[in-house]
Amino acid sequence: MTRTEFMQGNIACAEGALAAGCCFFGGYPITPSTEVAEHMALRLPKNKGVFIQMEDEIASIAAVIGASWTGAKAMTATSGPGFSLMMENIGYAIMTETPCVIVNVQRGGPSTGQPTMSAQGDMLQCRFGSHGDYSVIALCPASVQEMFDLTVEAFNLAERFRVPVFLMADEIIGHMRERLIIPDQVSIEQRKPLEPGTPPFKPGENLVPGFPAFGKGYGVHVTGLTHDERGYPCATSPKLHEDLVTRLVAKVERARESITSCDIINPEAETVFVSYGAPSRTVQQVLHDHPGENIGHLRLKMVWPFAETLLSRFRDAERFIVPEQNLGQIAREIERHVEKEVVKIPKLGGDLHTPGELYAVVEDIQ
Amino acid sequence: MSEEEWLRQDRLPHIFCAGCGNGTVINCTLSAVEQMGWKQKETVFVSGIGCSSRAPGYISTDSLHTTHGRALAFATGIKLANPQLNIVVFTGDGDLAAIGGNHFIHACRRNIDLTVVCLNNMIYGMTGGQGSPTTPLGGLSTTTPYGSAEAAFDLCGLASAAGANYVARWTSYHVRELTRAILTGLENPGFSFIESLVQCPTNYGRRNRFKQVADQIEYFKSHTILVEKATRLREKGEEIPSDMILAGEFVRRNRPALGVRP
Repeated sequence: MTRTEFMQGNIACAEGALAAGCCFFGGYPITPSTEVAEHMALRLPKNKGVFIQMEDEIASIAAVIGASWTGAKAMTATSGPGFSLMMENIGYAIMTETPCVIVNVQRGGPSTGQPTMSAQGDMLQCRFGSHGDYSVIALCPASVQEMFDLTVEAFNLAERFRVPVFLMADEIIGHMRERLIIPDQVSIEQRKPLEPGTPPFKPGENLVPGFPAFGKGYGVHVTGLTHDERGYPCATSPKLHEDLVTRLVAKVERARESITSCDIINPEAETVFVSYGAPSRTVQQVLHDHPGENIGHLRLKMVWPFAETLLSRFRDAERFIVPEQNLGQIAREIERHVEKEVVKIPKLGGDLHTPGELYAVVEDIQ
Repeated sequence: MSEEEWLRQDRLPHIFCAGCGNGTVINCTLSAVEQMGWKQKETVFVSGIGCSSRAPGYISTDSLHTTHGRALAFATGIKLANPQLNIVVFTGDGDLAAIGGNHFIHACRRNIDLTVVCLNNMIYGMTGGQGSPTTPLGGLSTTTPYGSAEAAFDLCGLASAAGANYVARWTSYHVRELTRAILTGLENPGFSFIESLVQCPTNYGRRNRFKQVADQIEYFKSHTILVEKATRLREKGEEIPSDMILAGEFVRRNRPALGVRP
């Protein structure tokens, strides 16, 4: 039965994972993400699942990838320093096409920084943090409801594309408490199994190979080395490597228009805010407070892959204003795609932009 | 089934150097697995990075060749998610004791139901002969050109202290004893750790006075002393020379274990 709760964002994330069928959580405590692990520790053992607190974040993501190869839907949750530690194995998940979900409740960095304060400083690390070329899917919730909904979506995308999918939350959304509607059922995608007799890394439809789960008799060899369609290491063939990496990028990038998710308000506006995560709440307040001013708003629920055509939906846009809890990480991506003026409103330290701060920029421009 | 059927014939020849001891230990392991009567479908081999970690790539079961040092963390996830699977981890001294040291002690502490075969060649072979945590004091390598100034890790002592249920050490010379030890490890629930010293003629032997492959194997034969005998001698007040290799069973116990098949 659909039920309404008053819940913290991190706990809503854990509930979303359970609703999506997550049955394995490997993690390490870190502020401000710990409640996700705590709630999974409470709930998973009673739902035929496994919770394990590993010795560090490197081991956490490793255990998650291992669990995923048995066919389990698996997840970890962390914040900046732990996210940094996970980078090598994230690359391994990409190279081995292992579905999994990685939650990053972002806090102020670099280094230990501000453990209890909000930030969005890991948006480019999420995109580029592991070595080599690759492409990722990253979702950014802006409410407790979206901590639930987008966690479900993250699992579905991970299963469909066989990639690690990131839920790039922030401390504000992770720790805020709001009304949450938990539906009776959510739409769930299952990993497509490998057709027997097919080479295990031969791409199927959408460039994604079928999944040969361990213990089913496939006898698959999985390696982070460059491999051929049989999964066998073949690390010195230039063409094989180029083809493999190109496919791993293309399977995500080709789908970016079809999987992207956003809210578009006032598409005829000349001044358009672009936001994701917590700053979206301030932008929503500005639009609410100034209904007659025709201010546009593009709120990205999926930041990576970046669907640049969303920007051109604002046909009359003269400028894009981008408030972020970093020094302009996604504003820089927007600049790559538009000829119009891009106004950055960076903010560090953990406080949200106030509606006044954002509106002052609009007034200043006009 | 024969042991050969556990090998991916289409991946041979392997990459190991002539005279390498890894093949011997892989054979011993497959022989033990075969004696267990395990089915390929229910068996997974996991490894990290290094010469020894290439072994699963030649075995026809499901296998996961992971990142450097992290094999035990990956294996922990596999075993907990599906305790029905039998899991053997191949690792080396650099993979297990240097970059993977933290995962090693925690896997022992959890006493998770894995069998770990560590092929200890006392050197980083894959990268061309750098010193490892088990390079003996004074041992020569490309990064210890004047002799290693550090004491070597006693991996079996570490596993015993950290809580593993079964701990044994042999060498690539002791084929029968090693196979029996691996078999005992496979049978025992909980974390089983079997260390095998292996000759590395290419990168260790030629720098450390083992000019021929047989020289290092001969050394393993002549410099091994059983744990029980060493204990007796010590009790009599006799000193065991530091270049002797303690071999045999160090621990066999039944601590509470994780991931054991229900």
